[in-house]
Amino acid sequence: MMANLLVKETNRAAEFPEKERRGSFQKNLPQQPNHNDHKDGKKLMDKEMVIQALKDSFIKLDPRKMVKNPIMFVVEIGFIITLILSFAPNAFGNSGVEPWFNYTVSLILLFTVLFANFAEAIAEGRGKAQADSLKKSKQEITANLLKGNGKTEKISSTSLKKGDVVMVSQGEMIPGDGEVIEGLASVDESAITGESAPVIKEAGGDFNSVTGGTRVVSDQIKVRITSNSGESFLDRMISLVEGAERQKTPNEIALNTVLTSLTLIFMIVVVTLPFFTNYLGFALEIPILIALLVCLIPTTIGGLLSAIGIAGMDRVTQFNVLAMSGKAVEAAGDINTIILDKTGTITFGNRMASNFIPVSDASQEELHYWTGISSLNDETPEGRSTIELLKEKGSKLNASEAAGGQIIEFKAETRMSGMDLRDGRRVRKGAVDSVKDWVIAQGGTIPADLDEEANEIAREGGTPLAVAVDSRIFGLIYLKDTVKPGMKERFDQLRQMGIKTIMATGDNPLTAATIAKEAGVDEFIAECKPEDKIEVIKYEQSQGKLVAMTGDGTNDAPALAQADVGLAMNSGTTAAKEAANMVDLDSNPTKIIEVVSIGKQLLMTRGALTTFSIANDIAKYFAIIPAMFMLAIPEMTALNIMGLSTPLSAILSALIFNAIIIPMLIPLAMKGIAYKPMSSNALLSRNLTIYGLGGVLVPFIGIKLIDMAVSLFI
Amino acid sequence: MITTILSIFITLAVMVLIAKPSGIYLAKAFDYKKTGLDKVFGPLENLLFKLSGIKKVNQSWKQYALALILTNGFMIILVFAVFRLQGVLPLNPSGNPGMEPTLAFNTAISFMTNTNLQHYSGESGLSYLGQMIGILFMMFAAPGTALAVAIAFVRGLSGREIGNFFVDLFRAITRVLMPVALVTGLIFVALGVPQTLEPSITAETIEGTAQEIARGPVGTFLSIKELGNNGGGFFGVNSAHPFENPNAISNFIQILLMFLLPAALPFTYGKMVGNFKQGRVLFVSMLMVFIVFLSTALFYEYQGNPALNALGIDTEQGSMEGKEVRFGTGQSIFYALVTTATETGAVNTMHDTLTPIGGMLALSNMLLNTVFGGVGAGFINVMMYAMIAVFLSGLMVGRTPEFLGKKIEGREMKLIAITMLMQPLLILGASAAALYTPLGTAAISNSGFHGVSQVVYEYTSSAANNGSGFEGLGDATPYWNITTGIVMYIGRFFGLITMLAVAGSLASKKLVPETVGTFRTDTPLFGVILVGTFFIVGALTFFPTLVLGPVAEYLTL
Repeated sequence: MMANLLVKETNRAAEFPEKERRGSFQKNLPQQPNHNDHKDGKKLMDKEMVIQALKDSFIKLDPRKMVKNPIMFVVEIGFIITLILSFAPNAFGNSGVEPWFNYTVSLILLFTVLFANFAEAIAEGRGKAQADSLKKSKQEITANLLKGNGKTEKISSTSLKKGDVVMVSQGEMIPGDGEVIEGLASVDESAITGESAPVIKEAGGDFNSVTGGTRVVSDQIKVRITSNSGESFLDRMISLVEGAERQKTPNEIALNTVLTSLTLIFMIVVVTLPFFTNYLGFALEIPILIALLVCLIPTTIGGLLSAIGIAGMDRVTQFNVLAMSGKAVEAAGDINTIILDKTGTITFGNRMASNFIPVSDASQEELHYWTGISSLNDETPEGRSTIELLKEKGSKLNASEAAGGQIIEFKAETRMSGMDLRDGRRVRKGAVDSVKDWVIAQGGTIPADLDEEANEIAREGGTPLAVAVDSRIFGLIYLKDTVKPGMKERFDQLRQMGIKTIMATGDNPLTAATIAKEAGVDEFIAECKPEDKIEVIKYEQSQGKLVAMTGDGTNDAPALAQADVGLAMNSGTTAAKEAANMVDLDSNPTKIIEVVSIGKQLLMTRGALTTFSIANDIAKYFAIIPAMFMLAIPEMTALNIMGLSTPLSAILSALIFNAIIIPMLIPLAMKGIAYKPMSSNALLSRNLTIYGLGGVLVPFIGIKLIDMAVSLFI
Repeated sequence: MITTILSIFITLAVMVLIAKPSGIYLAKAFDYKKTGLDKVFGPLENLLFKLSGIKKVNQSWKQYALALILTNGFMIILVFAVFRLQGVLPLNPSGNPGMEPTLAFNTAISFMTNTNLQHYSGESGLSYLGQMIGILFMMFAAPGTALAVAIAFVRGLSGREIGNFFVDLFRAITRVLMPVALVTGLIFVALGVPQTLEPSITAETIEGTAQEIARGPVGTFLSIKELGNNGGGFFGVNSAHPFENPNAISNFIQILLMFLLPAALPFTYGKMVGNFKQGRVLFVSMLMVFIVFLSTALFYEYQGNPALNALGIDTEQGSMEGKEVRFGTGQSIFYALVTTATETGAVNTMHDTLTPIGGMLALSNMLLNTVFGGVGAGFINVMMYAMIAVFLSGLMVGRTPEFLGKKIEGREMKLIAITMLMQPLLILGASAAALYTPLGTAAISNSGFHGVSQVVYEYTSSAANNGSGFEGLGDATPYWNITTGIVMYIGRFFGLITMLAVAGSLASKKLVPETVGTFRTDTPLFGVILVGTFFIVGALTFFPTLVLGPVAEYLTL
């Protein structure tokens, strides 16, 4: 069984170098968790987006929409009441307030609501911009529908149904999501992934899924359509980034409950207050009561809450990961355990040449010589690392021997590459079985020690490649697994965040332990079968842990579905993508780590701004309460600790501060607060100091400054 | 002054020392483990449960809550009947008539809710039967109920079955309240507190006039009054009466008794969830708030009343208005702050005559209802604030909030949100109504800011189930009887039931293992956050009211 697994891994590595290369190698190093500057070309907002958001801010004033956000709805009602008072000062009983005050209050309240709407609109706008670029690739495509009689008929992609079979040839667009059922082709998926290197898709196996809107750049494939028009991956992606399907996440709902309850508490406070002053023999003006209410209710977080949620989703999307729901992003923040495949995630796969093993009577020099020639034009990681190792070993490369030869590209059918030299000799390098077949076909013999050596390499977790010239096999290239640089640091960070990493590998326990130690993962599953992953996930979950995993194969699908956060590779099968709750368009499995960071950052931003918003109330009280009562109780001046100039300017200043803090915090809400992996206590002290203590102090300064400006006018 | 501070310090030190062992004892008593008292009460317990046909099986939170409501409701009706009919019932040597209906309504609820707001005067309003069946019985049943719920709540938090209300109530009374009350009751009697069923005696004073001297079974009353955080006095003036608090030692014991259960519960909780630190953080946080409040109150009381100081009156003793000379300013303020912090409501000084700031701090203890709080109910309230604190700041560690390894989600927050809403609704809503209607304002004896304080104090005392009166308020009218009755009832049972629901919901949740990424609730940092939450939520809610009441009074004095 183990041997089978190994062979399978070996084959995969040898068969799909292009895919793997694109998936991880060309990205060079794993990206650092600081995703704020990811895709640095994209600005936080551009002019067009701002204009659209400004328009939307007004459209969102519609009370039917506002009512979904109870906090801002209260502000809007306050705006309407003060607006009425601006024109009819005595509409709700006699009033001693000058009309300009009503007018000013209503204007500030209007802006408070508009600012909050703007925050939401700009967050949505960023998603829309992305959706628009996706829509461009969703133009109508002509499909070659395969009829029962074997002929094709040209129809529009919009009339394709699930189960239809289409032919797609070189240069054509794939008309819908589907599975390759016949043939092999390279496909340019840049419309979806933004990655220009084409990927190979072929019938059967784990790389048969194709996405509508991508282009076949070579060969021809027969595709069975797996989704009806309008339900394709691209369609879902568009609606997701547009935010049309956005539902409030569980944590958002819980937080909204608390904020609404605080709003109600402050409404009780403000509504009962006139009864108290009435007993004491003085009345409170309606606009002042409204000002107090608006200042006390958590408008800052209320205005930014949905923007934070949308922006969090958006950050994931910007990162080329498509989350099927905000819930999944939130769950990512709670992950306790991550299960990572060794190959392609933690290591480069079996691809770095580490040794050359001559077989039979071949000498080390001979093997070096022919290995060099076979790899001269091989731009795969295997090829490059082979050349590098040869240089290291001091072997001279003979480029002149190869000059003028015909390059034989790697093909999935042959599983070999190499060169036909001018003198007719043919040099081949490839999977041991394929090379053996090739040599036998030419009447050669297989060296007796070849299989033994090859198996030895496989047992150690490596991959053997055989090198042959015509009918003679010279030896093996030992491709060894290498841990990607920077992984150890990443796992250390995860450990600091309290997240356990488990490496899943088909290797034997000995090899697995070596790699696990080298990479610094906490645990590993050796000789791992897909069902082992489910077992591990279930075990971890039974202990109350939340588990994340990545996967691409059909046999990963059950585990992806079982995991709390399942990240499927876009290059993977449809089954895997359906089962997962996130899809990585770049097919880079290490991204799961970034997704966890984004999830955490989203929750932290929410918590930080809530704390800030509530802490602000202290200063606002000290601005408004003395101002409210000062006329009737002159001694209240003692509470005017900020020394605000007049009661009216104090109230207006608090109200203005309350309004402008929303747009000032939009960038923070969109980018998320800074996050470095550290222990929860350190993180808490840090955030509490910045947003809690800061939330107490900032408004004292802000209100004082605004008051100094306001007092110039009144 | 030095001796006063020293005596306060010693009292607090003794309280701190006995808190942990008492907490551990409570955990044992309710963990159904053997205690020394099983020999005495075990057979009785078995017999009672056999007779009543109640099975000792675990209940769901709903069954638990229902048992609680029905049992308490039945007791209210029973006691209401006793109060109404006491004139024709036996054990009425002083010939007290039946109670007026709204007063009986108020009094029955008052004692069942552990409030003991007394709109009647004990010695002249109740027969001995009324005192014993009505009052004494409920003084055990009410704190027993709250203690039971608190234990059930902690069981839920720790992921265990919630338990059985009847078993818990029985255990609360037999394993905790009765034994302690019995022992301390005897001590009080030894210190000179009367314990008799004889009627009042008439004495001839030096001036030759006749004086009616009330007495009765005060000793049994007194210990459970303090221990159960009941606070209802046998005499109208409560523990300011020489028969109800004869000397400094009885004063010391009373303060300790008030503290005993509220201070022990955090440790019980720590023991039951298997992490003492969790309980210690709560205990220390509450103690810190208490000490700050107490020091501030002492500072202002010793300043004296500026209006009187201006007349050149000696202020060495502090503001002595309304205080017992036996206790002096220090012990009076200490008692006032303890009785409001623990929601007992017993008084040895008239809170109406505290200086504005001193009165405000006593009031704040009740508004927050989280500085220890009454037995059981106060602890549950503190836990609610702990969950709010976890929810708000727990997000800042980048995880959805967890408390004791349980995720706090929408359902819990909804329950907490409505509970949080109830306190201001009851206090501010009822106060506003009282200040608005002539029926309410008629009772106020001082106009202006002090009048506001009187009203707010009365409803706060009711909502927090404290029961102390600011006095000075002529509250024995149908309007006040009915409104405070309603406020007491909702203030008591609403929170108990919603929090039982929270516990039930948390109990059914999977335990999330603790990692370095978990928000820790057993650190000093959490203590700071918790206190911050008390103040942010509590102070922001009541700031304007306090400004219009005591603060305005202070500023204009």
